[in-house]
Amino acid sequence: MTEFVTLREAVAGLIHDGDCVAMEGFTHLIPSAAGHEVIRQGRKDLYLVRMTPDLIYDQLIGSGCVSRLRFSWGGNPGVGSLHRLRDAVERGWPGPLALEEHGHADMANAYVAGAANLPFSVLRGYQGSDLPRYNTNIRFIRCPFTDEELAVSPAIRPDVTVIHAQKADRRGNVLLWGILGVQKEAAMAAKRVIVTVEEIVDSLDAPPNACILPRVVVNAVCLQPGGAFPSYAHGYYARDNRYYIAWDEIARDRETFKAWMQKHVHNTADFNEFRRVLAETAGAAA
Amino acid sequence: MSYTTNEIMTVAAARRLPDGAVCFVGIGLPSTAANLARLTHAPDVTLIYESGPIGARPDVLPLSIGDGELAETADTVVPTPEIFRYWLQGGRVDVGFLGTAQIDRFANLNTTVIGPYDKPKVRLPGAGGAPEIASNAREVLIIVKQTARSFVAKLDFVTSAGHLDGGDARARLKLPGKGPVAVITDLCIMEPDPVSRELTVVSLHEGITREQVTAATGWPVRFADSLGTTPAPTDHELQVLRALQQRTALAHGTAGGGGGD
Repeated sequence: MTEFVTLREAVAGLIHDGDCVAMEGFTHLIPSAAGHEVIRQGRKDLYLVRMTPDLIYDQLIGSGCVSRLRFSWGGNPGVGSLHRLRDAVERGWPGPLALEEHGHADMANAYVAGAANLPFSVLRGYQGSDLPRYNTNIRFIRCPFTDEELAVSPAIRPDVTVIHAQKADRRGNVLLWGILGVQKEAAMAAKRVIVTVEEIVDSLDAPPNACILPRVVVNAVCLQPGGAFPSYAHGYYARDNRYYIAWDEIARDRETFKAWMQKHVHNTADFNEFRRVLAETAGAAA
Repeated sequence: MSYTTNEIMTVAAARRLPDGAVCFVGIGLPSTAANLARLTHAPDVTLIYESGPIGARPDVLPLSIGDGELAETADTVVPTPEIFRYWLQGGRVDVGFLGTAQIDRFANLNTTVIGPYDKPKVRLPGAGGAPEIASNAREVLIIVKQTARSFVAKLDFVTSAGHLDGGDARARLKLPGKGPVAVITDLCIMEPDPVSRELTVVSLHEGITREQVTAATGWPVRFADSLGTTPAPTDHELQVLRALQQRTALAHGTAGGGGGD
């Protein structure tokens, strides 16, 4: 059943070293505050899963929290590369990073399979692609009915899924809307679920088919307004594109990256203080 | 009106998208071209973005594949698994519109690595939705700037299948879609030869020479016997494209259509 806790308490209690963790979001509702808190608490050896690793995964990888990554597209959306991800893959800094690389269709299917408690997902895919040659977890089976060759890969069953959503009610039901990506599937596939929200309300006032995660699948709700910054929260705030562009410069150089992380994440108590420090830095630069 | 090579690339690509088609749109150049088509000759096109919007009509170009603008202007927004399972694999996509980092003579695409996979010189973002778009869409349009670095004799990695090693290779693998039907660049338009499936230059943009195309292609590129000249963008096409890019720049402080998926 849902507990209402601080993000610090949720991460301390529910995310452990070595866990398989999915912090999902498809350029919308990215759980940035949660990503920072995992870095602050110094988690190690994480097996991260995400369709579209972006800035927070770049920060986690560069901070040495991650040993393995299952993904299908890793980039700074609309800007270019993730330089910390590239440094880890190309030069093994700050440590080796094992990649398990898929396509989007397969990743989405694998979350659905995980949510449905199946061992693997099935799709028509990968024919002619080199991906199965380098990822031995992509395999092929014959359909017992049609003899068609189909691609399979292991279901995703995260120890913990972390998402950001617009609202929770006081019982712990969570409402999200707009571009949903695979957040519902990732939550349903996980053993434990942490949700940061923009606000906690008396009633969700949602129509019957709205995307609601019922409280029985949510372990922790953390009130964190602005928690998806610099991505957007539909109905609350827009993407801060300046941050995405600035990140390209910050992440290019190891020392610049480390100094930035020290000042903005390690030396701040929480995401609210991070936002204050960042605003001061931006003000000084302007 | 005078125009740039980027503009004729976008206009020529937009013209290939038929009105009424269901189009699965990649971010960046494909998104610009698909929306130009929607705002000119193809008002009834249905644009699908992999993040979930179906029937998106963005007023400004999205910065990313999951912008709120896409959700707000769409007929509906579905979860990402539905996009890939019900729409793409379900056989409901007429045209897949893709960009790429590298392409070979059979229109196979590399968006994964430059150099060896385990020790890459450049780690690219990866597959995204492209492998299944390339195999499942009824046909595929590719828009990419042409340089000798992007048009290579041999890909270090085949992320998404074009015509593989040519001929009937796709049919032998039982790929559902017919694969790339045109590659539109800032220099020319290429189409696969009907038999060998090797990309052949069928149209040069005005002012572009065969020598320029040859120099920007990493294999001995073939030219069609009936080599044409790409019709220049009309004033209307240019006005609509420039207005779209101006609205985008005002909204985002950038022209949009950048990298990213």
